[in-house]
Amino acid sequence: MVNRMSAHLHPGLNLGSAHGAAHERSEPVLFGFWIFLMSDLITFGILFATYATNTGQIGLAGGPGPGDLFDLKSIGLQTGFLLASSLTCGMASLALKYDEGTSRVAQWLVVTALLGGGFLAFEVRDFASMISSGGTPMRSAWLSSLYALVGLHGLHVTMGLIWIAVMLALLAVAGLSDRFKTRLLMFALYWHFLDLLWIGIFSVVFLAGMT
Amino acid sequence: MSPWFGRLNWGSTPFSDAIANPDTSNLVAAGAAALVVGGTLFTLYFLTRRHLWGRLWHDWLTTADHKKIGVMYVVLALVMMARAVIEGVVMRGQQAVVLHGDFLSAEHFGELFSTHGTIMIFFVAMPLVIGLINIVVPLQIGTRDVAFPVMNQVSLGLTTAGAALVMVSLVIGRFSTGGWTAYPPYTEAVFNPGVGPDYWIWAVVISGFGSMLSGINFAVTIYKLRAPGMSYMRMPLFTWTALCTAIMLIYAMPPVTVSSLMLALDRNLGFHFFTNDLGGNMMNYANIFWMFGHPEVYILVLPAYGVWSEVASTFTAKTLYGYTSLVIATMAIAVISFTVWLHHFFTMGQGNSVNIAFGIATMIIAVPTGVKVYDWMATLWRGRIRMTVPMVYLTGFFILFVIGGLSGMVLANPTIDYQVHNTLFLVAHFHNVLIPGVLFGMLAGIHYWFPKVFGFRLDERLGLWTAGLWIGGFCLTFLPLYVLGLLGMPRRMPSFSDPAYAPWALIAGFGALILLSAMIMLFVTLWVSARHRDRLAVPLGDPWDGRSLEWAIPAPVPEWNFAVIPRVAAREAFAVEKARGDPYPRPRVYQDITLPKNTALGAIICMAATLTGFALVWHIWWLAALSLALIPGALIVRAFVRETGRVIPAAEVAHAHEAWLDAIVRATGVTRDDETGSANRGLAAPDG
Amino acid sequence: MSEARRERRNYLLGTGLSILLSLLAFGSVIGPFGKTIALWVISVSAVVQILVQLRFFLHIGLGRQKREDLLLILFSLLLLCIMVGGTLWILTNLAQRMT
Repeated sequence: MVNRMSAHLHPGLNLGSAHGAAHERSEPVLFGFWIFLMSDLITFGILFATYATNTGQIGLAGGPGPGDLFDLKSIGLQTGFLLASSLTCGMASLALKYDEGTSRVAQWLVVTALLGGGFLAFEVRDFASMISSGGTPMRSAWLSSLYALVGLHGLHVTMGLIWIAVMLALLAVAGLSDRFKTRLLMFALYWHFLDLLWIGIFSVVFLAGMT
Repeated sequence: MSPWFGRLNWGSTPFSDAIANPDTSNLVAAGAAALVVGGTLFTLYFLTRRHLWGRLWHDWLTTADHKKIGVMYVVLALVMMARAVIEGVVMRGQQAVVLHGDFLSAEHFGELFSTHGTIMIFFVAMPLVIGLINIVVPLQIGTRDVAFPVMNQVSLGLTTAGAALVMVSLVIGRFSTGGWTAYPPYTEAVFNPGVGPDYWIWAVVISGFGSMLSGINFAVTIYKLRAPGMSYMRMPLFTWTALCTAIMLIYAMPPVTVSSLMLALDRNLGFHFFTNDLGGNMMNYANIFWMFGHPEVYILVLPAYGVWSEVASTFTAKTLYGYTSLVIATMAIAVISFTVWLHHFFTMGQGNSVNIAFGIATMIIAVPTGVKVYDWMATLWRGRIRMTVPMVYLTGFFILFVIGGLSGMVLANPTIDYQVHNTLFLVAHFHNVLIPGVLFGMLAGIHYWFPKVFGFRLDERLGLWTAGLWIGGFCLTFLPLYVLGLLGMPRRMPSFSDPAYAPWALIAGFGALILLSAMIMLFVTLWVSARHRDRLAVPLGDPWDGRSLEWAIPAPVPEWNFAVIPRVAAREAFAVEKARGDPYPRPRVYQDITLPKNTALGAIICMAATLTGFALVWHIWWLAALSLALIPGALIVRAFVRETGRVIPAAEVAHAHEAWLDAIVRATGVTRDDETGSANRGLAAPDG
Repeated sequence: MSEARRERRNYLLGTGLSILLSLLAFGSVIGPFGKTIALWVISVSAVVQILVQLRFFLHIGLGRQKREDLLLILFSLLLLCIMVGGTLWILTNLAQRMT
């Protein structure tokens, strides 16, 4: 059997044995959350596959295509925002692990949320401009798949922002409790996972679409 | 359309249909709706009259105890099974008499086969499987509860919400007529603008989330919470099948959630995933749906295989033959089940290479099941077989399931499938594997583990009658369908005109009545056994001379399962200890035990999810938004709760446990031959 | 202290590599390269960036305990390939037979 207090008990950043019970209790929870992310991966995988099969002439159905609607500069900015927020999320996790104090953790979380908000702002703006150019999800199968795939990712990001807000409230109410620590680690897993998905999205949808 | 009530109006019930047009079909529908309304009102009245609301809330609806949650899953399944069996009987009845004048409209028949299939898969078979795993697995691996007890509650709530939607559809509105698979473009808004397909979508999506969460829960429980010393290769086979089932749930539920939500987007927002126009690809629906649909049936049957492993070894008093091969076969089935899904639509336009590849994969998946069947037969060989109720079900399984598997091999050949796809041959095949496979397995499991959960056995004679009726009823109802299928009769047809079909349809109709009596007999068995529970009581916990950990604790199982977490030294540890002469060790030290506090989260999410589903069906957008927001709201409130556990003092545990151990010392055991007699108090005597 | 610095540096390294790989991918599309080259660059840099982030952000590795996490990813990847690959094969086959 595994040494209960070994440094790496679960996926993602581990708190290590210095955090005692918080480290131990995180094992099943983080493992379970990791499994949930695997199921989410399948969900997105199916949306990717559907998107891919709709990129031909039939899927486009004579409507606007990638060349008409995509704004690579905006996508580049969104990529930057999300990647930066992944970094700051990592910093928040490290601040927790190396006991840099409640306010430091909170600060990194706030920055992460702001960067995530920036990502969403540009994405919503893109959607709005696509819609005004006639690129609505009702126009063609390709557009339906596009909005479903990118939209679901955006929804996940939005839920992540709500999660950060709840965590900040928890921090204010109960400080760095064991349960908070586990939750922050789960959030980090989630947030990094969203960036991984984004790599897939900007590659398969936006960049490949513009070649 | 009103902003407050969406598309709901006074004409949305079968009562108004029956008043406007009182033909037989509408009267049957109104009668069914009346049953639901009446049943609900009676239940509410009964609970109020007997002052049971308090106990219901405190002991059942807010508990996080896996045993009780499992029992509630099984109760849900049995209630829904009553409806689905009756629907089957009505359909068989229609087809038995159709040449002499039918009584169901085509529309009504369409709803019947759709609800029958949807309920049986999602609200009977799944809850039975998940319920049984919930009850048994923590006991088999020596732990106090599943990994996430409150999430367990939420899973039950979501499944119940889906079932509630299907029940409500009987009274308000109508259900889909698109079958349990709901293929577009038929289920798209342009062909079916009504509420039917929407009921199907939300029932499936909501309960699907619940099932996926259960999969995560069971996987983490088995991976992380096993008692010290219980390595993977020391786990009982039922736990192995539960683990593989859990993993399959995690990977198979996302596809159906995706396909259903895509259909919802098409219907409600005008998207074009599966429409006839603007690029929609309806074949993608079949593709994605069956990526779920095929693993789903193995999710249902693997735990049944697990039950057979337990039953075969316990009732022959032998170690299970071929443990390693059974484990590998289970894992093989789990993985290969994800590679065969196209065999559900061989006839829908693919070329040879695609069909052949999936046909070969389908034939390969029969092999591990064959290995299992041989292993079970080898377990029985030269064993001291006791023909108890679970063994009768196992016998029925051996003979009948193999026929179903073989008909599956016939269907696996694309060339042959072109002839028999969507005929009653197919219907016979899948009922042949689902009933002798899944249903018999679950019934055997219920009979086997019932004494552990409730502290008394089920009446053996009534149980044997029930088993006999299920076996006989199955044969009479479904074996003729093979003939009908080969004669060319299509499935899902409310009527036919070929007189050659009539005699077989008549036999099948008669068989359906036998199945109805089997189900009634099941309820009678439960009722009568409960009334005679003192005579049937087995408080000492081991009525069958069991071999695994769950039999080494009292019956009914105390809240905390194990007074002291055991240290496992071998496979079938309890059997080994009994053979050695030192079962029931007396602990030297007792500790305080922390268990989860009761919480209303599951019940709240159940009600919120039901309301959300109902509102989405009827386009009552404000209600949908509000009730949907309740779910994360409840979760967020829960996040702020600080004290989620309660402590049971060591003294209380010690007192209960010592009393039980003393009772064991004082008692005389019964040999296996007397296990169904009234002297069996749950202690097994050593072999004479 | 060095442990903390090491971990912090790993996150920065991961971010830096990700930026580079992203610029590479975007550049191949914006620049004067052909379609095939661009698609190759996009694919390879996406795969590498995913691996980089798995390693530096999600701490997936080959060490003993980390192997279980890795195995879960690999198994998910297997099923993903079957589902996505199967979908692409089936639907392309159907599309070909319809034209």
